[in-house]
Amino acid sequence: MISLDQHKDTLNQSGIEMLELCRKQLEDTREAFFNHDSDLAEEVLHKENRVNALDLRIDRDCERFIALHTPVASDLRFVLALRKINFDLERIGDHAYGISNYIVDVDIPVDQKYLDALQVNEMFDAAISMYEDIAEAYVQSSSKKSRKVFKKEKSLNKINMKSFKIIAEEVKKDPQSIEQLLLLFSVIKKLERIGDLITNIAEEIIFYREAEVVKHKKKK
Amino acid sequence: MSKTEKEGVIDPAIKRKQKLEAKNIRVFYDDFEAIKGIDMTIKANKVTAFIGPSGCGKSTFLRLFNRMNDYVDGFRLEGEISIDGKNIYKKKVNVEQLRKQVGMVFQKPNPFPKSIFENVAYGLRIQGIKDKAFLQEKVVDSLKQVALWDEVKDDLNKNALTLSGGQQQRLCIARTLAVEPSIILMDEPTSALDPISTSKIEELIFELKNKYTIIIVTHNMQQAGRVSDYTAFFYLGELIEYDSTKKIFTNPAKKQTENYITGRFG
Repeated sequence: MISLDQHKDTLNQSGIEMLELCRKQLEDTREAFFNHDSDLAEEVLHKENRVNALDLRIDRDCERFIALHTPVASDLRFVLALRKINFDLERIGDHAYGISNYIVDVDIPVDQKYLDALQVNEMFDAAISMYEDIAEAYVQSSSKKSRKVFKKEKSLNKINMKSFKIIAEEVKKDPQSIEQLLLLFSVIKKLERIGDLITNIAEEIIFYREAEVVKHKKKK
Repeated sequence: MSKTEKEGVIDPAIKRKQKLEAKNIRVFYDDFEAIKGIDMTIKANKVTAFIGPSGCGKSTFLRLFNRMNDYVDGFRLEGEISIDGKNIYKKKVNVEQLRKQVGMVFQKPNPFPKSIFENVAYGLRIQGIKDKAFLQEKVVDSLKQVALWDEVKDDLNKNALTLSGGQQQRLCIARTLAVEPSIILMDEPTSALDPISTSKIEELIFELKNKYTIIIVTHNMQQAGRVSDYTAFFYLGELIEYDSTKKIFTNPAKKQTENYITGRFG
């Protein structure tokens, strides 16, 4: 027999494992992207299987936890939050996979001036910084740390909002650049989605810790 | 109006909407203080669950509402229990009349060794009702209310002890309903039943709350979550937390409540 606390602890550890795995995927993707390192990008693609396997394991273990312990109150919030966090992390893994796939499949050198104009580096920085905050918030079960990401997401959104106009102007100036600009547009969209998913995770940690639903509300 | 009705605590005209109030209740069994100063209002036509570890005082508190503790040696009450604003512990209160209006269902089904019909008609007969047609109507009505009619309609003269545990418990509830109470107290009504019978009793509780105010003592947290509108958590003779069941089972205010409902103590 496994006690509720033991089971919960195992689930929590799996959540940390998933966080670490997806963090590595995201960081490797960034490195591969800026260094045109298709070997590292291949590695990210290869590791996607591990992300998927862990996703399935966590889902299965959450289901068993509910079936065996019929949790209530904070235990119930924990397992509900973990299922959603797991889903969001798996999606972050998918986006890292998507960007790495571009690096492997679409072998176009990207002009530094476009990277600078579109602030791709800053976007990666913001996404990874948000990810670090959320990983820390999860490990420490801290809703205060979770709230830090709401501000950072705004800066990510700002860059994303500007990108459309910049890309349109650059294409007009140099129609030959359309391929690499479209590639960058896709990368920016994926980074913006990663920011959204990290925000979702922050909301779930707050729900678990404070029983407060902050989803679809204005964030302070 | 008969003498008994005059002395009853509940006005029959408004008996379907009874508010139960406990004010600064302390209960002693000789020197032992079983209930330590509880104030509580039970809402009418709702199901209220009393939860807490064994010995916490929840059954003692439940039994105050129909004065079942009066027979316990050394029992002493301080404070006031009122139904519809009337103190039920006043000397002039007719306790039999009170128990007619505040019915009780016990942990173990306790049908009398009589026929199914006589079990349900029992309360009415001791009230002196002899009208056969009226008795027949009340028995059928009560058995229908507890969803037992279809199972026993051809065997009303069969001994009630031949019924299954779940059927016996529903029969006991029918016996309680036959005398038209407005409040029903249930002391762990399904703890001796299998899951199917438990589920039938729980469905019944859900149906009955439209007409009755129900208080249920249960050790089954999931049952409290399923059937009740309000939950009260008792510990060591104190009322620790009393709130809507949704609140108690999703985000209780007190750590002690959380620890109990999540199985970490008790």
